[in-house]
Amino acid sequence: MRILVIAKLTFREAARRKIALTAFILGLGFLLLYNLAFYFVRTQPYGLPSAALAHNEVINLLLMAGLYAANFMAGVMAVLVSADSLAGEIGSGAIHTVVTKPIRRSEVVLGKWLGFAGLMALYVLLLGGGLVISVALQAGYTPTNLAAGAGLIYLETVLVMSVTLAFSSRLSTLATGAAVFGMYGIAFLGGWVEQIGALLQNQTAVDIGVSASLLMPSEALWRRAAFEMTSPLLRSLGTFNPFGSGVSVPSPLMVYYAILFALAALALAMRVFARRDL
Amino acid sequence: MFAIETENLRKEFGARVAVKGLTLQVEQGEVFGFLGPNGAGKTTFIKMMLGLVRPTSGQGRMLGAPVGSVATRGKAGFLPEHFRFHDWLTASEFLTLHGQLYGLPETELKRRRAELLERVGLEPFRDQQLRTFSKGMLQRIGLAQALLNHPSLVFLDEPTSGLDPVGRRLVRDVIHELRREGATVFLNSHLLSEVEITCDRVAFIKQGEVLRTSSLQALVEGETSVTLRAGGLTTELITGLGRFGNDVRADGDHVTLTVVDETALPAIARYLVAGGVELYALTPQRTSLEDLFIQVVGTDGGL
Repeated sequence: MRILVIAKLTFREAARRKIALTAFILGLGFLLLYNLAFYFVRTQPYGLPSAALAHNEVINLLLMAGLYAANFMAGVMAVLVSADSLAGEIGSGAIHTVVTKPIRRSEVVLGKWLGFAGLMALYVLLLGGGLVISVALQAGYTPTNLAAGAGLIYLETVLVMSVTLAFSSRLSTLATGAAVFGMYGIAFLGGWVEQIGALLQNQTAVDIGVSASLLMPSEALWRRAAFEMTSPLLRSLGTFNPFGSGVSVPSPLMVYYAILFALAALALAMRVFARRDL
Repeated sequence: MFAIETENLRKEFGARVAVKGLTLQVEQGEVFGFLGPNGAGKTTFIKMMLGLVRPTSGQGRMLGAPVGSVATRGKAGFLPEHFRFHDWLTASEFLTLHGQLYGLPETELKRRRAELLERVGLEPFRDQQLRTFSKGMLQRIGLAQALLNHPSLVFLDEPTSGLDPVGRRLVRDVIHELRREGATVFLNSHLLSEVEITCDRVAFIKQGEVLRTSSLQALVEGETSVTLRAGGLTTELITGLGRFGNDVRADGDHVTLTVVDETALPAIARYLVAGGVELYALTPQRTSLEDLFIQVVGTDGGL
């Protein structure tokens, strides 16, 4: 299977160019910092509220804060590892010996996509899994619908990576980075516009925010993930959590839209790369 | 069936025409030299053959299949210009990768990898990353990569430019071996001495057009440059020399021209004497490929 040959090559590149090791060490640093902070917040002089519900609410907020940062890091990492992939090999000419072999260009893209999807799964597992386990060990708390939440965070990184590959099939590495971060930023801002709009009950602002999510559904996936991982009881308390799902929660439809968006980006990457001159 | 067959193959990059209606046939089993100045469209032509670049118009077939056919690429080998590879792989891993891309079975791949590392002299460096390799070593591993599948057609794009004599010698030997095995070799080059030694047939290309195709034998043996010294030459007489050959140039008493073969010499002598000229010297000189290149392509280098 030539697709798997390319996927393996992508893994090996991450290992050989010390991308995987660097990400792993800094990921451990991230977890260490989080654990320290969590410990000191948990054992502060006044302590956490003792009532179970209020206690869980604070813990959930702390976990969501950590996952929010991890989710952001995974998104950035998805851009960084994949932006140079096609663009860099096209630029250097290293792609020439690969695509002149009996392999379709779409298979090259698919192989890379699979490789990056594997790498990002490990990264999300390290950061997200590390955070959830830390909180479970320190405070005995596990969020609801963990699988759904983790799946949505992972979907976000795959989405960002697919969009990056699409740009990378046409643009240079730097232009790809600029384009994807631009879209990521629009989605981020759009998420906040939607939240503030919902708080102020301003429908126009909400619509603008949702439109931004249609342009790039990454932020919406995070808010859906936070929604899933916060129990209905906690949500019913109505405390505003800046790292959580917010007031206006993306519907399941938005999740399907994001899946289609990622697949469309992958299809676009395959098509553009297959048709361009190298 | 031809190894390569193209008809009016054309490639435009925006407003720039890289290859202008190129029609060419390369027989199976021959070593074919593609000669031309930098920017003449040689690399673009190879890229069209291997499906890296899509022709704007025209047709091309490689080993009987339309250019860009995935399956046919399995029978071809390609050493690109500049030797840029995944340099974080070791020599051995690099060959494994490309063997897998060719779809070689595991045992065959192992055998071929060992053979070729030995053949290009990189066996002692098999576990070194390509990033530590010199240009000559990269060329060697690139050459090995192009031969993994026992190709029936090998494209070498400027395989020796910028290499030391040992590296050039290796390329030359490999080309000879390929010819013995019956493979077709398509060699892009502007290093004429290389072409002179290795090729059976050459095409001269300039600004995306084939100016001339000929067997090397005919070129080097047939083409003769003639220098003559004579008194009383008139402009009409000099112009009239054009019927015996081409590229007539006069400088005072001296005239040079190129004739197709030596039988033209007595005719030239008779013509000049009949014209009332005092003929002092009529000297044939074998044309070197370099002279021929300049004659065909011109001194402007195709700019």
